[in-house]
Amino acid sequence: MTTAPIQFPSAEGLLLDPEEQPLPAAGTRTSDRRVELLLGALVVGFMVLLIAMVATIFVKGWPSFAHNGLAWFGSGGNVDDQLRINDLSGQQGTNYVWTFHAWPLIWSTILIVGAATGIALVSSLFVAVFIVEFAPEWMRNILQPVVRLLASVPSVIYGLLGVLVVVPFIGNHLISETSKASVAGIISLSGYSLLAAVLILTVMIAPIMISVFCDGLRAVRPAWIEGSLAAGVNRWRTIWKIGVRAARPAIVAGTVLAVARALGEAVMLAMVSGGVGFAPNPADGLIFFVEPSRPLAPTIITHIDSLASKPSNATLYAIACVLLFSAAMFSLTGYVARRAMRARAGTT
Amino acid sequence: MEASPTRHTGAVEATAAWRLADRIGLAVCWFLGILFCAIAAAIVIYFLVQGIKYVNLDVLTTSPKAGFSQKTTGGILDPLIGTVLVGAMGMAIALPAGIGIAVWLSEYGRPAWLARAAESTIEAIAGIPTIVLALFGIVLFQSAALGFLSRETSDGIVFGRSFFAAAAMLSLVALPLIVASTREGLQAIPQHVREASYAVGKTKAATTRRILLPASRPQVATGAMLGLGRIIGDTAIIVVLLGATLNLDSAGGVWGLGTLRGTGGTLTSFVYQNSPTGDLNQPEKAYAAAFVLMVMVLVLNAAVDVIHRRAARTGTWT
Repeated sequence: MTTAPIQFPSAEGLLLDPEEQPLPAAGTRTSDRRVELLLGALVVGFMVLLIAMVATIFVKGWPSFAHNGLAWFGSGGNVDDQLRINDLSGQQGTNYVWTFHAWPLIWSTILIVGAATGIALVSSLFVAVFIVEFAPEWMRNILQPVVRLLASVPSVIYGLLGVLVVVPFIGNHLISETSKASVAGIISLSGYSLLAAVLILTVMIAPIMISVFCDGLRAVRPAWIEGSLAAGVNRWRTIWKIGVRAARPAIVAGTVLAVARALGEAVMLAMVSGGVGFAPNPADGLIFFVEPSRPLAPTIITHIDSLASKPSNATLYAIACVLLFSAAMFSLTGYVARRAMRARAGTT
Repeated sequence: MEASPTRHTGAVEATAAWRLADRIGLAVCWFLGILFCAIAAAIVIYFLVQGIKYVNLDVLTTSPKAGFSQKTTGGILDPLIGTVLVGAMGMAIALPAGIGIAVWLSEYGRPAWLARAAESTIEAIAGIPTIVLALFGIVLFQSAALGFLSRETSDGIVFGRSFFAAAAMLSLVALPLIVASTREGLQAIPQHVREASYAVGKTKAATTRRILLPASRPQVATGAMLGLGRIIGDTAIIVVLLGATLNLDSAGGVWGLGTLRGTGGTLTSFVYQNSPTGDLNQPEKAYAAAFVLMVMVLVLNAAVDVIHRRAARTGTWT
């Protein structure tokens, strides 16, 4: 970083933006055209693949929706029995039974993903603020690799940890024998529970949020922060009132990413959530938190062997369809929200 | 996470002057920060301790067998080979494709609407649950046209589960990470570098291949490491598309090719099945496999760190 003796006119602003700069003549030769077309074809190929995927999943799942109507999303009957009957009827031949009411699975998904996202959102905000603004250098140097590590631990390892550590702890220490006896015959309270699923899922998705939040907080204009500090507002208030607010688009983006990950998490939840199609009832009091259930995504993986049966096949693809649709809706909401925020805040 | 210069907004003020609520907030920050460190440390230490108990050379070099006790179930050789195979094959697809897409997006990107659509496509692929990818893969690879990539019966029924199928779908898991990282690298290169290359008569393709891509090698490597981590850590696609069998189950025919056309398992599916909730329920073997998996993840993480640090030392364009 030595200072140049001659001050050149700064060309960076002019040249950095490729959209404003007319593309150089180098892009017009035939060999270049060929490369461009080749890479363009690759890109288009992936777009076609994505469209084919969405269409396939929808078409394969459609019979299940068609036979059940809106009742597909409703409750009624035991969802595990329905899955079993779907499977059996497909194996036996022509008398297909399509009945499937997914509410317990949907409810479980809402509870687990919602709670995990809520907890992770609040704690990630604190941690991101801490990393960007308040942590001393040594703490920052520990926390950043830690966050990266937690984000890259495979979900099956989280699942194993849950099954061998968290679940037994909950089963042995947090559930009394009387409450186990009170629901015996309906469900077994063995520790495979909402609580275990939410705790582990929170640890899994928080790192995603933290890294996106940190990027957002770092990108806040220093002048805005300094202005607030100069006005005598302390650093804590400044960060929350100016920094976090200015970083709202990043907060939405990180949350959407984390929710998508949580919705699609199949393996870990299949291991710790309890594996029964039971809808936990908040009216049960404290037992509610330790009731077992099974969200949508794990249902696919635990019933993957029944793909050969026609009705089961449609049911599983219909579940995949719902997952795909909700993930897409979250991304869309996030996109709209981010655009609205950017439009109001000028540029970020 | 780009290592940005630390922002120092004035002298560090004494927190003692803050209101109580603010000080409690800061305490919460410290608490959560330490909690995350503690969780990470607990996970690493737990698996390292359990792993050292159950991992030895025998476990690593014998094939797993079905059985009812820890003594008779063999080792984790096959899942280990499966993980290596799946990782290599997945990256063999994802890396060139990812770099290609990133180059197109950053260097060509015309027409603009196509570029925007392509960006959204990559983002969408990143948001698709792997279990949904797996279900799509089953449809794709059970089609008769792709029968040569997996096991096929004489009357034309395609099994659809093979290393090829799993690796193809897993490459989609790694792809968005590689694209994002490579693009970041390409976009960090100032325009005048390209101009200089064009000025001496290089074509755009040659500029990209000889100058831009070598210059963004750290970012490409970072993306590749992150992508590889996701590939070897995935379970859903393995269970659905690789069959998650205990041993490598060759489809016959040419040696090697038969294995790739056949089913198998990886460390993740091995852990899944050997956990107390799985079909096999041999937790000690699950610990051993999880230990090896954990070591792989740690190595990949360390590699990313090293790349970052080296890139920071050699400096950037500005």
